[in-house]
Amino acid sequence: MKNITMSIAAMLLMAVSFANAQEKEKMNHDHGDMKMDHSKMTNKQSDAKAETILSDYFSLKDALVGDDTKKAAQAGTKLVASLKAFDMTSYNKENQKELTDIIEDATEHAEHISESAIDHQREHFKTLSKDITDMVAITGTENMLYEQFCPMYDKGSAWLSTSNELRNPYYGSKMLKCGKVQKEITN
Amino acid sequence: MRIVKIIAAVLLVAFVGIQFIPTKRNQSDIVPETDFMLVNKVPETIQKKLQVSCYDCHSNNTQYPWYNKIQPAAWFLEDHIKEGKAELNFNAWDSLSNRRKASKLRSIVKQIEGGEMPPDSYILIHKDAKFSEAEAEGMINWITRLKDSL
Repeated sequence: MKNITMSIAAMLLMAVSFANAQEKEKMNHDHGDMKMDHSKMTNKQSDAKAETILSDYFSLKDALVGDDTKKAAQAGTKLVASLKAFDMTSYNKENQKELTDIIEDATEHAEHISESAIDHQREHFKTLSKDITDMVAITGTENMLYEQFCPMYDKGSAWLSTSNELRNPYYGSKMLKCGKVQKEITN
Repeated sequence: MRIVKIIAAVLLVAFVGIQFIPTKRNQSDIVPETDFMLVNKVPETIQKKLQVSCYDCHSNNTQYPWYNKIQPAAWFLEDHIKEGKAELNFNAWDSLSNRRKASKLRSIVKQIEGGEMPPDSYILIHKDAKFSEAEAEGMINWITRLKDSL
């Protein structure tokens, strides 16, 4: 008898939480639509969600520059969330396909970064940087960015920065100044 | 003493009980057109090594050991295989874009270099899955070349 009451209670609980989740999803959806309308009204050059991704990417980069594994992991988690929140409906078909691909790949790298030691985080940061650079090429950005390049790390690796000053995320304090600015990205 | 007997009896009943819980077996007779071996020209030695060391958890077809018939081992295996396939499924290779392929190949190289794959728990039972130094080098070189050719 006790068992039956228990399972009934469990089922009720499940039903309630399911309904709740659906409600939440609906709310999120509405929210997303609102955002989209907003971005359509303003200048199309800047995509607010892409800017969030970039800012999370930069906090990740700064954490790696500072040899801070824990901060990098946290930034990785945030980046996973902002990548998932990216909305590509305002882009054309071809760009959407490319963006889907970029976001999927970048998400995987960010996930790994959120749960790895620093060497591993840096490995994934390399490919992630390529993904984010390709994303910016499509979405554009409000800010001036600098693509920097370190010839030593893994046969040459690039990253993005908001400053033209060199702070190497692949070596951190070991070789902070290794590299050069190889490109300026403007809109 | 009585309590020990009761606990033993409960455990026995539980052990027998969980044997009836079904698990999904990861088995398939079909090799899809998207399979890694079908879309790439893979040398025989590399092919064999991938089959023996990787395909059990990274494809749609697992060569199960005998103890997969016994719970809770079956659960562990099911879990590992699910995880492995989510990370990389060689059978579905060609459904990936070049960007994703390059990422996966890079991971394969890093994991073999770091001795992370195949996992120790797998090697323990599948001795021939282990990479000798020469095998690792050969695999890394070949995979790197494949990545650069994308």
